[in-house]
Amino acid sequence: MSDASKEWPLWEVFVRGKGGLSHRHVGSVHAADAKMAIEHARDTYTRRMEGVSLWVLPSAQITSSDPGDAAALFEPAEDKVYRHPTFYKIPDGITHI
Amino acid sequence: MYTTDLSGKGKGKAEAAVAEDPALVAAFEARVANDEFIEPKDWMPEAYRKTLVRQMSQHAHSEIVGMLPEGNWITRAPNLRRKAILLAKVQDEAGHGLYLYSAAETLGTSRDEMTEALLSGKAKYSTIFNYPTLTWADIGAIGWLVDGAAIMNQVPLQRTSYGPYARAMVRICKEESFHQRQGYEIMMHLAAGTEAQKRMAQDALNRWWWPSLMMFGPPDDKSPNTEQSMRWRIKRDTNDELRQKFVDITVPQAEAIGLTVPDAALKWNEERGAYDFGDVDWEEFYAVVKGEGPVAKERMQARVKAWEDGAWVRDAARVHAEKRAAAKLAAE
Repeated sequence: MSDASKEWPLWEVFVRGKGGLSHRHVGSVHAADAKMAIEHARDTYTRRMEGVSLWVLPSAQITSSDPGDAAALFEPAEDKVYRHPTFYKIPDGITHI
Repeated sequence: MYTTDLSGKGKGKAEAAVAEDPALVAAFEARVANDEFIEPKDWMPEAYRKTLVRQMSQHAHSEIVGMLPEGNWITRAPNLRRKAILLAKVQDEAGHGLYLYSAAETLGTSRDEMTEALLSGKAKYSTIFNYPTLTWADIGAIGWLVDGAAIMNQVPLQRTSYGPYARAMVRICKEESFHQRQGYEIMMHLAAGTEAQKRMAQDALNRWWWPSLMMFGPPDDKSPNTEQSMRWRIKRDTNDELRQKFVDITVPQAEAIGLTVPDAALKWNEERGAYDFGDVDWEEFYAVVKGEGPVAKERMQARVKAWEDGAWVRDAARVHAEKRAAAKLAAE
């Protein structure tokens, strides 16, 4: 049995569903290099016309926010409802705004 | 395909003994009770993590081992259409295994650790794959019954509390539906064929019916982890509830194509609005769990051989990638 260091690296897979849409994360694959990661992603995640384009990215390269910081990062937006158009009352009869 | 949690006995004490911050545990339990999703970097109790790794890796192993009984018939499929379909189905099973392994890896267990656990016999997989596929009709019976039971088990898991698992299940459920239909279609054609073909279909149903009912796992009163797993939303219905549902749905499907479910005790119960059915042979179930299934040894031998025969490919690809990366670096 091979040790962990011999395992092919993990790659995150992103698929563009169709032209006009952004790539969306769908899962991950193991592969020795980027070219193989694309091939594995194609076989694993696009067997039913799920996409027209693939991105693969070494999982180790992703930096994510800490769930412990979620409140500090995202809660300040909660009391800034004036950033949404529905905050403003516009009298009836005013159009195109 | 699917596996039930088979290795639950005797666990619990050590896990419960790990001291965890009660405030964190309470917050976690509240989130899960509120049907929120838990994501990889969120805090979770160790027992939740362990139970999930076990359940998801068993499930993944079942998909991978599940390729063997069906792969057995690819070269002997009766025509090109059936062969193309079977190839696609077996490829799906590989895909399902991979979705689940990668979802399980987000819990901090490596792919190699999971593979090692399977090949050393430490990890379990669904007992159903330790039965042989003797005739072409078995491919029909597997799609119809085994994948049918799998769907029954998996649909509720699309709402399981662990995000990556739930997302993998959504993909899998979409694809399983084709598996079940192609199986039923095989049975339908055989059942409408010659006397010999009809006998073959009936024989396959006879042999796969009871093992399919076993796929839902032991009866509720012998399933010690059910309560905790239901509270954690990593199981959403009990084994017996799902088994009953499967019987109720499947019996009319058998009748519609003129096949007979091999259970003398099977009877519609007007009052319950459900079928009464005979007792599953749990002795057989536990024997197969322990590795005494008719082809258990062959299954593991095949997986070990595939892993060992593939070692040079894995090594060569890794060394090649390292060399190319080094050359690229030197050229910069």
